[in-house]
Amino acid sequence: MAGKPDLLPGTLDMLILKTLSRAAMHGYGIALSIKRFSDDVLTVEEGSLYPALQRLLVQGWVKGEWKTTETGRRARYYTLTAAGRKQLNLELSQFEQMITAIGRVLRDPQEA
Amino acid sequence: MLGRLWRKLSLLFGRSRFRSELDEEMAFHRAQMEAELVEDGVPRDEARYAAKRRFGNATRIKEQSHEAVGFRFETVAQDLRFAMRQLRQSPGFAITAVLILALGMGVSVAIFGFVDAALLEPLPYAQPNRLLDVAENAAAWPRSNLSRADYEDWKRENTTLSSLEAYGGMGYLLHLGSTTEPVPAARVSDGFFSTLGVEPMLGRGFLPGEDLPGKPKIVILSYGTWLTRFGGRRDVIGQSVSLSGDTYTIVGVLPRSFEFAPRRDSEFWVPLLDKRGGCEDRRSCHNLYAIGRLRDGVSIDAARADLKRIAKQLEAQYPGSNQDQGAAVQPLYELIVGDVRPILLTLLSGTALLFLIACVNVASLLLVRSESRRREIAVRGALGATPARLIRQFVTEGILLAAAGCAGGLMIGGWLMGLLSRLIPKPMLIHLPFLGDVRMNAHVFLFAVAIVVFATVLLALTPVLRLSGMDIQAALGEGGRGSAGRFWLRLGANLVVVEITIAVVLLAGAGLLGKSLYKLLHVESGFDTTHLATLNVMAPDSTYSKNEQMVALYREIDRRLSALPGVQSVGLTTDLPLQCNCDTDWIRIEGKPFHGEHNEVNERDVSPGYLATLKAKLVRGRMLTEQDDASHPQVIVINEALARKYFPGEDPIGKRIGGGDLAPASMRQIIGVISDVREGGLNEDVWPAEYQAIYRTTDTYFAIAVRTSTDAGAMLPSIVSSLHSIDPNLGVYGELTMQQQIDSTEAALLHRFAAWLVGGFAAMALVLGVVGLYGVIAYSVSRRTREIGVRMALGAQRSAVYSMVLRQAGWLTITGLAFGVACSIGASVLMRKLLFGVEAWDVPTLATVVFVLGCASMAASFLPARRAASVNPTEALRAE
Repeated sequence: MAGKPDLLPGTLDMLILKTLSRAAMHGYGIALSIKRFSDDVLTVEEGSLYPALQRLLVQGWVKGEWKTTETGRRARYYTLTAAGRKQLNLELSQFEQMITAIGRVLRDPQEA
Repeated sequence: MLGRLWRKLSLLFGRSRFRSELDEEMAFHRAQMEAELVEDGVPRDEARYAAKRRFGNATRIKEQSHEAVGFRFETVAQDLRFAMRQLRQSPGFAITAVLILALGMGVSVAIFGFVDAALLEPLPYAQPNRLLDVAENAAAWPRSNLSRADYEDWKRENTTLSSLEAYGGMGYLLHLGSTTEPVPAARVSDGFFSTLGVEPMLGRGFLPGEDLPGKPKIVILSYGTWLTRFGGRRDVIGQSVSLSGDTYTIVGVLPRSFEFAPRRDSEFWVPLLDKRGGCEDRRSCHNLYAIGRLRDGVSIDAARADLKRIAKQLEAQYPGSNQDQGAAVQPLYELIVGDVRPILLTLLSGTALLFLIACVNVASLLLVRSESRRREIAVRGALGATPARLIRQFVTEGILLAAAGCAGGLMIGGWLMGLLSRLIPKPMLIHLPFLGDVRMNAHVFLFAVAIVVFATVLLALTPVLRLSGMDIQAALGEGGRGSAGRFWLRLGANLVVVEITIAVVLLAGAGLLGKSLYKLLHVESGFDTTHLATLNVMAPDSTYSKNEQMVALYREIDRRLSALPGVQSVGLTTDLPLQCNCDTDWIRIEGKPFHGEHNEVNERDVSPGYLATLKAKLVRGRMLTEQDDASHPQVIVINEALARKYFPGEDPIGKRIGGGDLAPASMRQIIGVISDVREGGLNEDVWPAEYQAIYRTTDTYFAIAVRTSTDAGAMLPSIVSSLHSIDPNLGVYGELTMQQQIDSTEAALLHRFAAWLVGGFAAMALVLGVVGLYGVIAYSVSRRTREIGVRMALGAQRSAVYSMVLRQAGWLTITGLAFGVACSIGASVLMRKLLFGVEAWDVPTLATVVFVLGCASMAASFLPARRAASVNPTEALRAE
């Protein structure tokens, strides 16, 4: 685990929402998807994933539905709700603002 | 927001489904991981373990997931279960704490019930806050009776009252069958009941004009009279009843809920009708009171100004009778509860202090416990419990204690209310009927809830304060050994000081009230109150309308009663002593300047033997004799107060006094001076008084005082039967010994009630305070056993250990006492209305309190000091 960067605090919800905006997925699929999209840099701990999913469910940003997978097992598929999409956009814009701001601070003045 | 709550709620109720779904979801997750690993070529068994490892602690994830969505409900339940277990583990602590709380709260709730009944519950009338008590006032009385003529003028002339109705007390001889019995009654004006907004439950009320002189004699029964004397029959309406020889027609029965405290014992209510006995023809004869109802939008001040204006006009119009006669107006509520308010407020403050001391005591018990649980807390903290969770645990325990204590408190409160309302003496209930039906109601319940919240917050916060100042590592390292925690000692010590302070205040209050009661009961009465039987007599007007008939009756009573074995002497009077400064006369001294002022003096018509029977001391001149009857010139005996006030530096013997006009018929000569006999109540001033021969009157009401050689109470039945053998139609009532009279005067009752209750509070406060001190010192000693062991091993003497412990206790005690004395002087000044013959800073009382509390505290700290001094150094060092 050492050497792998930790998830920026507060970004997990956003990542899950973004992942779900592409397709409905089960928990394992979400973890896998984040891992793959980040080229194995970001690993979502199961210990954070499931509590986060419950939180999103309660907020009404995602919806859970039990479906059967290709392998014939029952799994809960999460889909983004309209409120979730709105929340995702909000978080994305806030995140971009934040990144831009951090980038400005980190840039060396000579380069400007 | 609402949707979120709904989702949360559905999760809460579908908890088991939530869990199984989560389980399945996570199992699926693990299976997928495992499958992936197997695909990568890892053997199946290893893959399963690897997946499990990578997945982490499933239970923890579940808990976290649950916490993310749940209401913390489950952890609360867990805390509660744990708290119960904790309390069960130390039942001594739990029972003590719950008992103390329950007691403190029960007393508070009960007393509040009375305060609520007396001060907050409105009177049982329509719009009671618009009702006024209306009376006259004179120099000697802030509130005096109203004369009928003045009342009629006030009623006609005022513009601020929608109604003004008079009432007055009355006694009748009720003839039912062959028996004759004196009964209390009231005379009221026609609109009296409609002004109060009271409708009879049977029949009708009085109609306008039915109170005028010459109208038919009609009567309304009180509910109790209807039930007991008329069997509760509905056909009593229209029947007649004989009162003092006159026939009255029953027109109505009052509802059960009706009560009018100023004339509460009245069994019969009759219209004013005839102007009685010549008295009501005279403007100077004051025998009524009135109630008024304010017109809409009119303030009480406006009404007072209005009536004062009319009084002024009447004063100008009738200077002889109305000089200095003003108007006294106050809310009716004030008249009824004014006297008890200071007592109830004092009691309420007392209970508040008691409750506070109970809470403080339990709080310090909690502190002691949290102190001895340092290790447990430290272990739990080290195992990962967050400070918030630890605090919640203690808060839960505090709440649990408070809840148990309060449940007990409500029960004790309900029980105490019943007990106390039964303990209230009858005569007091007559004046304060609402005290008889005190019970749990919405107000009391709200109050209970408020103090429960207070107790809970206090008990929950104490350990929080304690915990937040605690360093887990230090606690673990110390291992619960070593010197007592600094913080605890400081806070615990402060709490003990608070307790002692409160105990001093309550003890001093009880001491002062007790002393007031003693002073009141032992006030200089001016006569010998022992072996004195007293009773009142009402003779039928029809048989005794002439002076000679009355005189014959007086003499016969004197002769017959004096002949009874065990009777030393007999006296007759219009009013017994210690009753009231009332039945007064306006006098004018012959040969002194006079400007029409009303020189109010008590007038008593007495038999020649009366003053001697009382054993009043003759200072100068002579007493009245049998010869001083209607056929001889009028003579009077005066008291020293009258001599001092109107004949300063002179010899009053031989001087003459008369009415305001010095009419020859009113002139009487002073023949003797006696030392003051207290005619008024125990806590009233001694007024000037004149005693004239009863043989000149035609009054059919009088009282008898009998000096007995044996127990006065035992003589009363034979005195009564002797009176009935003279004339079976004599109404006899109020048979009491003088000692009973004194004990049952309103002042004595109120003072006794207050003194006993506050005394009870003080006793509880003393016990709680001393127990609190004992707890602190004992605890501190037990924590310092090792330290003491070291000291002794190093050569400290037992006496040094003693003094070390006692010094600590002494400081706390002295600080508490000092604060307490200061606070109690303040508190006593606030309740000085209740004090009689004692100053708020009464030194002997305060000194006694300090002494008692000091001794008790020293005794409480002596036990732990002894334990400390008997510590065996080797054992103390080896222990733990």
